Amino acid sequence: MNNLMIRKSLLSLLGLVWASAASADRALNMPRGITELSAETYGLHMMVFWWCVAIGIVVFGVMIISLIKHRKSVGHEAATFSHSTTAEVVWTIIPCIILLIMAVPAAETMIRLEDSRNPDVSIVVTGYQWKWHYRYQDEDVEFYSSLAMPSVKARFKGSGVDPFSVENFLLEVDQPLVVPKGKKVRLLLTSNDVIHAWWVPELAIKKDAIPGIINEAWFTALETGTFRGQCAELCGKDHGYMPIVVEVVEEDAFQAWVSSRKDGGTRLAQVEN
Amino acid sequence: MSTAAADVHEAHDHHGPEKGIKRWLFTTNHKDIGTLYLVFSLIMFFVGGAMALVIRSELMQPGLQFVHPEFFNQMTTMHALIMVFGAVMPAFVGLANWMIPMMIGAPDMALPRMNNWSFWILPVAFGLLGSTLFMDGGAPASGWTMYPPLVLQTGDAFPFLIFSIHLMGLSSIMGAINIIVTILNMRAPDMWLLKMPMFVWTWLITAYLLIAVMPVFAGAVTMLLTDQFFGTSFFLAAGGGDPVMFQHIFWFFGHPEVYIMILPAFGVVSEIIPTFSRKPLFGHDSMVYAASCIAFLSFIVWAHHMFTVGMPLSGQLFFMFATMIIAVPTGVKVFNWVATMWRGSMTFETPMLFSLGFVFLFTIGGFSGLMLAIAPADIQYHDSYFVVAHFHYVLVPGSIFALMAGAYYWLPKWTGYMYNEGAGKLHFWLSTIFVNLTFFPMHFLGLAGMPRRIPDYSTQFADFNWMASVGAIGFGLSQLVFVYVLLTAKQGEKATDRVWEAPRGLEWTVPSPAPYHTFDTPPVKRVHEEAFE
Repeated sequence: MNNLMIRKSLLSLLGLVWASAASADRALNMPRGITELSAETYGLHMMVFWWCVAIGIVVFGVMIISLIKHRKSVGHEAATFSHSTTAEVVWTIIPCIILLIMAVPAAETMIRLEDSRNPDVSIVVTGYQWKWHYRYQDEDVEFYSSLAMPSVKARFKGSGVDPFSVENFLLEVDQPLVVPKGKKVRLLLTSNDVIHAWWVPELAIKKDAIPGIINEAWFTALETGTFRGQCAELCGKDHGYMPIVVEVVEEDAFQAWVSSRKDGGTRLAQVEN
Repeated sequence: MSTAAADVHEAHDHHGPEKGIKRWLFTTNHKDIGTLYLVFSLIMFFVGGAMALVIRSELMQPGLQFVHPEFFNQMTTMHALIMVFGAVMPAFVGLANWMIPMMIGAPDMALPRMNNWSFWILPVAFGLLGSTLFMDGGAPASGWTMYPPLVLQTGDAFPFLIFSIHLMGLSSIMGAINIIVTILNMRAPDMWLLKMPMFVWTWLITAYLLIAVMPVFAGAVTMLLTDQFFGTSFFLAAGGGDPVMFQHIFWFFGHPEVYIMILPAFGVVSEIIPTFSRKPLFGHDSMVYAASCIAFLSFIVWAHHMFTVGMPLSGQLFFMFATMIIAVPTGVKVFNWVATMWRGSMTFETPMLFSLGFVFLFTIGGFSGLMLAIAPADIQYHDSYFVVAHFHYVLVPGSIFALMAGAYYWLPKWTGYMYNEGAGKLHFWLSTIFVNLTFFPMHFLGLAGMPRRIPDYSTQFADFNWMASVGAIGFGLSQLVFVYVLLTAKQGEKATDRVWEAPRGLEWTVPSPAPYHTFDTPPVKRVHEEAFE
């Protein structure tokens, strides 16, 4: 551990953290994700980011020029001007135009995000303190999804287990949510106790699970794979310990999984929990 | 200068302060009460900071090393409550108490006895809140946002939490009434509204915000109280209530609240930048309009804190557009500060350094704020470390830097001596380096998927968390330099009445240190016109 800290401090001192993080293609930016809408969200994020960079270069640039040139120590005499209506109008209108340019695509994406009509698969997601429950509507499949045992063993204070030795520490569950690729999956979110939030960055979905309310979210995954997320709304002491794992599989693999779960799957899930 | 000071002292000897503890307990003097507020907020700043260091120490490495999750949640909750209500807000009220009467040529605050009361409620409120740490079930652990139903799982601390918030609200409302009455009734002759200094203006607007939203907040927490103890179901779905309604009410208070913490900061830097640029504030009137505009908009953007609760599409679009518009008046403020510096004759004393740091780093917080306004992207940012980075950028190098700038700027006027400039500059540079080391990596953590308010995290987040923790410890230690500056504040050379080369405003026409009573008779027109030249 000590060695690790020394290594880390050297890295950050040398500024190599940037290079290593960038080359590892993680940790620096929002994921592009695996749905059309997650890519759109990423696009919006980058568009606003670059506008901010551009505005920052202009504003900070003017400020830095002023800090260098207009200082008393280089003998600059203060001017006396104190207002300009033209300037005020200009720097009110230009930001308005920039905002309009941002607002239009943002609104378009927002409208698509809210269109959860005609789903192929509907799953009721229920938040519990501190695990998730999934029930596939129209199929006789339901189960709880809790933090996986290797992480459970390592999570406690004084556990003696090095978190770095646990694969997907705190981001692994006993039973993942399985969904088919290329199908519209609708989540119906609610909660059994306090408010939780179901967040998987790669799906660009974060939706609160609120007792007494059913919220909707949807996605169509375009790639197979395993995607991880966490509860995002403070829900008590084990808020940090209720991860979400979504497995996107091909359509036929999904059907096979569903039928394997139908006979005894439910019972099995109850026994496990 | 010194003879003038002596004259004033002699003329007012019979009004001198009482001796000992009684002076502070029973004082009705705006300068004494200002000092009390400032000292109290500094203590709270260190208490809240110590809690932040507990949080950052635990998060330094993956795995739990120091605290249990339930205590971690108590720390995040108490850190926020103490910093918001105990450090930042009272510090600005302290500056207002000290400076507003002197800036508008008034002898004191309009309601001096209420002034005393509004301060002395605070130690009681925070005594109640702090005592919860030792109760069964510990301190509140539901976040400072206190969302039900989670907050109703709080142990014995629950009623103490609610009552301490009632008291803080009472204190804020009384302080706000006092400030409004003072500003509207006790200005020097001929100081019409648009001629008031920016600090006075921003506080006037802030005080109206306080009066508008603190009662709403008190109402919300009272409903929590009755839900818990008297069988009501305002926020309980099982009884027909709506948990989301609390969030709407809370953020109707909460969003103006964040402007309550930043508008006076705008005022402070708007005083300081002209002084050290040796140029009048650019666009004074448009700064006033921009601040008013921000205040108005703050009432119609609250649900941008709630883009993931499942609002109707039209609601989400409205709150997105309204939030984006805030960028316009905020931009006007930043542009005006830059225009004030432009073609000035700048020097870089500590107050100016903190103000420049404010403009740079607050603007970065503003940029991430604009990103957060974009509702589809906010769905990714919401409740992640990106949000933590954003609001700490606007609160720490924003509000706190402005407070530091104001403290250094007016300290010679308060004490009569110049502070240690070298230590001040060291304080600035250390703070700036460490504040960025602490909060900039949090942007990356949030984007990569780390939720806020978690005591432990997956190993992929380890590097940036380590950096943030090192930064936080460095920032905490840097603040001890400020304590050193305060302890040695009276060891420097004597300050002149004007203190700086080119300050504007009535406070610089009275002696340094400012006598116990100033402006017993209002300044004549000539004096305050000269003061603004």
